[in-house]
Amino acid sequence: MTKQILEIENLCVDIDVPSGVLRAVQNISFTVAKGETLSIVGESGCGKSITALSLMNLLPKSAKRSADKLTLDGRDLRDLNEREMSDLRGDAMAMIFQEPMTSLNPAYTIGNQLEEAMLRHRNVSTAEARDRAVFLLEKVGITAARSRLGQYPHQLSGGLRQRVMIAMSLMCEPALILADEPTTALDVTIQAQILHLLAELRHEFDSSLILITHDLGIVARVADRVAVMYAGEFVETGTTEQVFNAPSHPYTQGLLRCIPIPGKTKRGAHLGAIPGIVPNLVGRIEGCHFASRCPYADDACRTGDVALRPSFEKSHEYRCVLSPEICAANLKSGAAA
Amino acid sequence: MLAYALKRLGVALLVALTVSIIAFSMVYLPGDPAMALAPESATEADIEHIRKVYGFDRSMVVQYLDWLFHAVQGDFGQSHYLNEPVANVIFDRLPTTMLLGACAITFALLLSIPLGVIAAIRPNSLIDRIALTIAVVGQAMPSFWFALTMMLWFGITWRLLPITGTDSWKHFVMPAIALGYYVTPGVMRLTRAGMLEVLASDYIRTARAKGLRPVRVLFKHALRNAILPVVSLAAVQFGFMLGGSVVIETIFAINGLGFLAWESITRADLPMMQAIVLVLSVFYIVLTLLADLLNAFLDPRIRVT
Ligand SMILES: Nc1ncnc2c1ncn2[C@@H]1O[C@H](COP(=O)(O)OP(=O)(O)OP(=O)(O)O)[C@@H](O)[C@H]1O
Ligand code: SF4
Ligand SMILES: [Mg+2]
Repeated sequence: MTKQILEIENLCVDIDVPSGVLRAVQNISFTVAKGETLSIVGESGCGKSITALSLMNLLPKSAKRSADKLTLDGRDLRDLNEREMSDLRGDAMAMIFQEPMTSLNPAYTIGNQLEEAMLRHRNVSTAEARDRAVFLLEKVGITAARSRLGQYPHQLSGGLRQRVMIAMSLMCEPALILADEPTTALDVTIQAQILHLLAELRHEFDSSLILITHDLGIVARVADRVAVMYAGEFVETGTTEQVFNAPSHPYTQGLLRCIPIPGKTKRGAHLGAIPGIVPNLVGRIEGCHFASRCPYADDACRTGDVALRPSFEKSHEYRCVLSPEICAANLKSGAAA
Repeated sequence: MLAYALKRLGVALLVALTVSIIAFSMVYLPGDPAMALAPESATEADIEHIRKVYGFDRSMVVQYLDWLFHAVQGDFGQSHYLNEPVANVIFDRLPTTMLLGACAITFALLLSIPLGVIAAIRPNSLIDRIALTIAVVGQAMPSFWFALTMMLWFGITWRLLPITGTDSWKHFVMPAIALGYYVTPGVMRLTRAGMLEVLASDYIRTARAKGLRPVRVLFKHALRNAILPVVSLAAVQFGFMLGGSVVIETIFAINGLGFLAWESITRADLPMMQAIVLVLSVFYIVLTLLADLLNAFLDPRIRVT
C-alpha cells in the first residue's frame, strides 16, 4: 500500500459565535495517500474551507480544533506550537485560496512574493529563489516569466494571479497542496484550464492534493477519491467511480441526479439543485443532518446519531440509516422519476 | 512614476499661486493699507505720501505681480516695524520652528504608530483601551490648555524642565509634546483602523500560509499597506502643526516663525505677515507633494493613475 501523507481521525472545529457554539466540522476522518487527489464537495457553508484552514492551523481566533489523530507525513500536528507549525506551512503543506484578486500583497512584486516563499524555508540565495520562481511561472504557463517577476499583482488578470498562487504553492515542493475552490472566482473559460494545470502539476511533482470545489465535472476527471460534505459532516466517501457510479447517500444522489457518469459529466455543473436549506450549525443537530431535506426521511432518521456505514464495497462509506440495497433501488427510481 | 510626479508638481504650483494671491490680498483686508500705517495724527497729505512711497497708488494687479516677482527671488520687502528685510528675519527664525516641528512630529509618530499597531493586534485589550483614552482626551483638550498644564506641573511644581526659551534640548521637550500630542489621536486611530483592515485581508492569510513569522507578516506585509494613509495624514498634520506653532511658540516664548507671526500681527507689520503666510503655505504644499510621491512609491497602484 502507498504511504499515507495525511491521516485524520475525528477532526472537529467549533467556532464561538454570539448565539453559541457553531460546530463547523464534526468528526471528520480521512486519509490522503502520496500522490493522491481527494476532492471535497458540498454546498456553501458546509465547512469545506474551515476543514482546510484547520489543517494549516490558520483558523480564525474564535475557532477551536480537536482531533483524535492528525498527522502529516507521520508527524503529529496536534502538539506543534505556532512556530513549528509555521515551519511546515508553505514547505510540507501549501494552500491555494479562493480569491486570487486579493490573495497577493498589492505592495510587492510577484517576484518578491514568490521568492519569499522559498527563502523562508530553504537556505538558498535570492538568485536561486528567483530561478525557481521563473521555472515555476513557466510551468504554470506564464509567458515571459522573468520579466513578469517585476510586475505587481494589479497588473495581472485574475487567471494569471491564480497561476502565480499555484506557482507559489509549489516553491518548496510541498507533500500536500490544499486548493480551496481555486477557480470559483474566475471566468468559466479559465476555470477548467486552471484545474487541469493543477492536476497536471500535482502529477509532475508527485504532491498529494486536496481539491475543494463545486465543479462536479472536474471532480469526476481529476479526483482519485471524493468526500461529500454536508452540514459539517462527511456524508459519503469513496473512490470517484464508487461515488459517481453508485451514489448511496440521498444527498449525493440528489447532487448527481443528472450527471452520474465520470468523464461524461457536464463541465461546470453546479451543486445546490436540492430544495431546502442547510440546517443551522449552532448547537447540536439531533439525528441525521440531512433529514430536513431528505425525501426518504422518517422518525428513525431523527433519533440518535447516524454513523458512517460501508456500502457494497468496504472502501465506499455513507452516512444513512437505509441499507445499501435500498439506496441502490432509490437511485434507480429517483433517476427514472 | 515620472509622469505622476510631474502631474502632482503642476497641481502643487497652481495651489501655491492661489495661496500667493490670498497672502497678498491680506494687505487690503483691514481696508486702506496706507491708513493702517499712518499715525493717528497724520494729515491727508501724509497719507498720500505714504501711498506713493509704498506704491499703494498703483493698481492691485501691478502691485501683486511686483510683490510676487520679488517674492519668488526671496525678497519680501522691508519690515515696517523692524526696519530689516523681511526675508532675513524669516530665515533667521525658520530653523527654530522647523526644529520644533520636527521634534513634535517625531514625538507624535513614535507614540501613535506603535500604539496604533498594538491596539490593532490586540483589539479591546488594555493597551487598546489606554490608546483610545489618549485619543479621546487628546482630541478634546485644547493645545494651549495642555501646554499650560504641563508648564505648571513639570516646569513650576516639579521644576523638571525649563518653561521658556530655546537654549538647550530640554527647552524643546514640553513644546514638542504640546504641539505633537495634538496630532497623536488622528494618526493613532488611522494606524489602528488601517492595521485592523489589513490584518483581516486575504494577502495576510497568504503570507501566513507561506509560513512567514509573525514579525515579518506584521512589518513587511501589513504595516506597509496600513501606513499609506498615515503618511498623507502625517504630512497634513505637520502643516497644521506649523500653524499651531503660533500658539505654542507664543506660550513657551520660542523665537520661531510662529512667535514672529504673533508679534507681526500685534505690530500690524503687513509685509512680514504676508511673507509668513506665504512661506508656511508653500511649506505645507511641498509637504503634501512629498507625501503624495512617497505614497506612490509605497503603493504601486497609485503610480498608474
Ligand atoms: N470566522 C468565522 N466566524 C464564525 N463562523 C464562521 C467563520 N468562518 C466560517 N464560519 C461558519 O462555519 C461554517 C463553515 O464555513 P466554511 O467557510 O468552511 O464553508 P464552505 O464550505 O467553505 O463554504 P463556501 O463554499 O461558501 O466557501 C459556516 O456555517 C460559516 O458560517
Ligand atoms: S438517514 Fe434518513 S434522513 Fe438521513 S439521509 Fe438517510 S434517509 Fe435521509
Ligand atoms: Mg469556502
